Amino acid sequence: MLRYLLPFGLFAGLIILFIYGLRHDPAYVPSPLIDKPAPEFSLPTLRRPETRLELADLKGKVSLINVWASWCAACVTEHPLLVEAAAQHALNLYGLNYKDARTAALQWLDRLGDPYLESGFDRSGKTGLDYGVYGVPETFILDKNGIIRYKHIGPVDQNQLDTIILPLVRQLRTAP
Amino acid sequence: MNKLRYLGLPALLWAASAAALPPEFKDPGSEQRYLALIEEIRCLVCQNQSLADSNAGLARDLRNEIQRMIEAGQDNAQIVEFLVARYGDFVLYRPPLKGNTWLLWFGPFLILPGALAVAFVLIRKQARRGAADQPLNAAQQARLNALLGSEHAGPKD
Repeated sequence: MLRYLLPFGLFAGLIILFIYGLRHDPAYVPSPLIDKPAPEFSLPTLRRPETRLELADLKGKVSLINVWASWCAACVTEHPLLVEAAAQHALNLYGLNYKDARTAALQWLDRLGDPYLESGFDRSGKTGLDYGVYGVPETFILDKNGIIRYKHIGPVDQNQLDTIILPLVRQLRTAP
Repeated sequence: MNKLRYLGLPALLWAASAAALPPEFKDPGSEQRYLALIEEIRCLVCQNQSLADSNAGLARDLRNEIQRMIEAGQDNAQIVEFLVARYGDFVLYRPPLKGNTWLLWFGPFLILPGALAVAFVLIRKQARRGAADQPLNAAQQARLNALLGSEHAGPKD
């Protein structure tokens, strides 16, 4: 009996392992920043280089930071969604313009719409590095105290927006 | 066309080596540390390459950052801590020993005894079957010959 059950058991175990493997994106790297205070930054804003955007500006409200760049192809696909969501849900959405050129970035926003309250201009990518950015676009959700509660890597789609991001924003808004 | 094809590979190799040329350091010790560190750190964009191998923008930024930190007099532990704080243990090709990496480190040693046990059972079974492998007696040999036909009449020796 065992000689039939054992291979079958091993086979079933392997199948379970493979299904588990298929459901997990190997490119997804859990961020060590979740539930930690967002790293401090102070960046010139994209539209007005003389004014600065700082982490302190984001505190007190539930905020989103979207890392984007005009050279980023995947950003184009997620952008209309951000434009719509920011308007509809009054999202406190800030941009982190990552390793971009100012004129190219501004043209990109003119063409596709600007959902951001402000975009920090991170020419060197130093702030992106502090936030552990490795695959633009990325989206962070910060609670009222500036703690990172969620990080999304890659373009956000409608489903992820409706099932993960917006519910979390709503929940964090009601939290003290 | 054929000539061009042979030129292509050396050109690629040259481009790759040019990208990986180490920066200038004031002392050879720092350069050694730099070269050792970038071999140990994973590039998150192309996950099966180290920072030393990768030509991705992020890898270049991180190499520059490591260079800057070495020149600022930071030790390896500080540099690794800086990277792990941002990107997690995943950046390390040699992950630290802790709760969630226990299986990763010791899994192979758990599998090894299992594999040895299976091998032991199989070999013993084989040996027992071997012992039962007696030469045919005269009647069995005659029957075998009959079954195989006349051209195989008995052992050749």
